Amino acid sequence: MRVATALLLLAVAACADAPRAPPPINPELIAVIPSADGHVGAVMVRSGGGEQLLDRAYLARRLMADGSIDATPISPAEVTLAFAAALEALPGRPASFTLYFLEGKDELTSVSRVEMEKVFAELKRRPAPDIVVIGHTDTVGNLSFNDRLSLARAERMRELMIELGIPAGRIQAAGRGKRELLVPTEDNTAEPRNRRVEISVR
Amino acid sequence: MRKFWIFVAALLFAASAWANDVGQIKVAKGAVQLERDGKRVAAAVGMPVRASDVLVTGADGSAGITFSDNSLVSVGPGSVFAIDKYRFDSTTHAGEFEGSLRKGKLVAVSGKMVKQSPESMKIRTPSSVMAVRGTEFVVQVDEPATTAAKR
Repeated sequence: MRVATALLLLAVAACADAPRAPPPINPELIAVIPSADGHVGAVMVRSGGGEQLLDRAYLARRLMADGSIDATPISPAEVTLAFAAALEALPGRPASFTLYFLEGKDELTSVSRVEMEKVFAELKRRPAPDIVVIGHTDTVGNLSFNDRLSLARAERMRELMIELGIPAGRIQAAGRGKRELLVPTEDNTAEPRNRRVEISVR
Repeated sequence: MRKFWIFVAALLFAASAWANDVGQIKVAKGAVQLERDGKRVAAAVGMPVRASDVLVTGADGSAGITFSDNSLVSVGPGSVFAIDKYRFDSTTHAGEFEGSLRKGKLVAVSGKMVKQSPESMKIRTPSSVMAVRGTEFVVQVDEPATTAAKR
């Protein structure tokens, strides 16, 4: 530390006769990259009294050490190289999945049983998942029956996730009965697409 | 019965703790620290973050945070990222997110807040302000001394 201070004093002394140096600039780079789904958004950058809208993939704005601005686009290879560690540390993208059930039961359809394997593998892959499971029903039966059925569906999924080794504290389960239909129907209508759980994870 | 009350107390504690939490550390590799109220603690996966926390990574460190509105921020080695402000209403999706990268490298993906109202997320560097209208971008801030020395 003392050495650093001494060096700093020397540096200041050396500069004393030279014209006053401008305050040091942190060189910067800002660039927009395509998102995982291919969509490209926009970032408005304001600096040094100017502004620049970065609204296409790989548009970039650099603040150079001498204070000048360089608006040359960046190459995908440079992004990959310069931001490798940060890109790798990006958390898993929040996702949601829907699984379907047999009429009046908390048992999955055969198609959804297969699908469940994929969904659960994805949940298991995440290091600290926050999972919300919401159960739903179709409109066959009264409100309280469907409230119980929807909760049973969600709880059933939650139990399976716990069996898989996901900590119970990271999974919330709730039932919404026939209150949030995916496909609007009359009351007392059997509709397979409404007999479902929605699983969201982040 | 006693166990039950302990369970209830734990739930209430978790709920009250969650109220101030604005996100969670989902990835932590190498040396990663979280600075809160002037104290630095080693950051671990699953740890909640709050407004005014500062994420600091060492030369071998990298970390990723998922925020309440599903926005994602990750930093590479040698980085300092401060969560200056964070507010999000999960019903209306209205909110405000202000962060600053003092040095290092950052990757950000905007979330529900920006979808609801563009530019509600702002990232600052020592010389710039970025108003985010959507999705993914990268930011790098170098130290002036290093650049000068290389010349």
